[in-house]
Amino acid sequence: MNRSDRTLVGLGVALPVFLVAGWFLPNWLQSLLVLALGKGLVVVGLVLLMRTGLVSFGQGLYYCLGAYAAVSVGRIFKLPDSILMSDAIVMPLFGGLVAGVVALVLGFLLANYRAIFFAMLSLAFSMILYGLLVKMSVLGSSDGFNLAYKTVVGITVPAQAQLYTLYAVSVVMVFIVAFALHRYLRSHFGRLAEAVRDNELRVEYMGTSVRYVVHVNYVIAAVLAGLGGGLVGLSIGHVDPDLAYWTTSGEFVFVAVLGGTGNVAAPILASLVFEWIKSAAYQYAPYTWQMVLGICLLLVIMFLPAGLWSVFKRGAGRA
Amino acid sequence: MTGLVSVLIDGVIYSSYLFIIAVGLTLIYGVMKILNMAHGSLYALGAYVTATLVGYWFAGGFNPYFSFLLLPLAAVAVGLVAGPVIERGLLRFMYGKDEIVLVLVTYAVLLILEDVIKLVWGVESYSAFQPYGLLGNFDVAGLPYTVYDAMLVVVAILVGVALTYVLTQTRQGKLLLAVIHDREVSAAMGINVGRVYLVTFTAGTMLAALGGALIAPKVSVVPAMGVEVIVLAFAVVVIGGLGSLPGAALGACIVGLVRSAAVHFLPEVELFSIYFVMALVLIFRPKGLFSAPEARKI
Repeated sequence: MNRSDRTLVGLGVALPVFLVAGWFLPNWLQSLLVLALGKGLVVVGLVLLMRTGLVSFGQGLYYCLGAYAAVSVGRIFKLPDSILMSDAIVMPLFGGLVAGVVALVLGFLLANYRAIFFAMLSLAFSMILYGLLVKMSVLGSSDGFNLAYKTVVGITVPAQAQLYTLYAVSVVMVFIVAFALHRYLRSHFGRLAEAVRDNELRVEYMGTSVRYVVHVNYVIAAVLAGLGGGLVGLSIGHVDPDLAYWTTSGEFVFVAVLGGTGNVAAPILASLVFEWIKSAAYQYAPYTWQMVLGICLLLVIMFLPAGLWSVFKRGAGRA
Repeated sequence: MTGLVSVLIDGVIYSSYLFIIAVGLTLIYGVMKILNMAHGSLYALGAYVTATLVGYWFAGGFNPYFSFLLLPLAAVAVGLVAGPVIERGLLRFMYGKDEIVLVLVTYAVLLILEDVIKLVWGVESYSAFQPYGLLGNFDVAGLPYTVYDAMLVVVAILVGVALTYVLTQTRQGKLLLAVIHDREVSAAMGINVGRVYLVTFTAGTMLAALGGALIAPKVSVVPAMGVEVIVLAFAVVVIGGLGSLPGAALGACIVGLVRSAAVHFLPEVELFSIYFVMALVLIFRPKGLFSAPEARKI
């Protein structure tokens, strides 16, 4: 009970701090943070799956779907100049919706798979999307699309305030997700995920459908990935098929391991750390940034098998 | 008709090359239960070493026909250096961890190797085209094919036969099969499991590098080649069943033929078709085409 409160209080304090501090941050840092928060959402979803013992090597599927859906929302519904076409809130939400619907369908299949086979089938699905997008000229082939937003809940945002507005939208979305998921993880159904990981058969004997638990978590993960994809698309201003390539999905798994499954905030924190390491490595070691990332990953696996969050937890345990 | 024949021939050539790469991956998985993501980088390493050696060979004006010996030489060299370094230096500390964690460890190795390659060879492309045209061409149904490609098929068959022979007919191979079957009991019976792992990983690395060495004369050797090939190799071994030798052969044939059919008849779906088949196989045979039934664990 105590710890649960602490996370809620922490999130409640961090929200205004993020919003106010963001205003004073330089532009490059704002856009880096939007990127990190968007990807953080994808990783939160991945961690949700990991709690059931499943690792997806194809989360890029939903990330990419979300980003493309965010772009095409106006095109699909043929609503030029409407709110839908270019709203910073509607676009990512639509991305999440599309990803969720696809996950609902694929979930019937994937909920039967475990371990490496789950990883491989999700990898296959994401590569199918990649293979399709690369060759589909309607969707921009391998060049992709540019996208931009003009409004927030229908109110037009002036050009100089666009970056901060997107930042604020991302922060608020991430915090809403974090609050909701924190509640979810502490709920009866949320806790079942870990029971499934520990002993599937026992969960079945106790009268709960393991498939159902996996399916629900899978859909939530996909919605988050779609949402994150939409935000990242807006922040970069461009979407292309590489969002679904397997290296993108691999990066998400990397970040998930970096953070650990200890808390909702862990993957978001890990995502911020990851983007920071990546941009620092890219700046100071432009030819060896992948090597730096690889070494970091090995160090985390060897010395922090429960992720970065375990550092905090150990500290909190002693206090 | 000509179309069908060329689909078949192209498919077989591509399958042979896929088989050589995938068989190393499936061997490592079968014995060590590690899905080695770094396999693609080791393949790229083989290609780079070959390109460099072939470049020196022809610049030095040596007998061009002996340049073919450089290909297996490069593969063996890469295998003997990179294999033990990765296995003894890193992987042996990781045994016993979850399969997915092991995948991540090899993913880290992949990231590191990608940059090692860029540091050593830079980002420009290399080519070792000379051996490719050396043996001349032959015609099938009016279409020219190089003898080199035919040789590729022969090498793939030789690799498959040799591996099958080693695994089923020799003492070392039988020890290996015992380790695959049950690691702990084998260790209790006095098999040096650590050594089996080392040999397996080195052999797998050699096969990856051999794949790279054989493809180097056909393509331009560029940094991203390892990242591209590894998902293809995954598709092959997953279709065939992880850890299965005949599975890798069948998977390579399926992927090779599907790809060449797609390239000939509907080039837009080339990439899509391979992963579509992979998903389809996984849907109907979740553990691949050649997989032993497994008891559900409690």
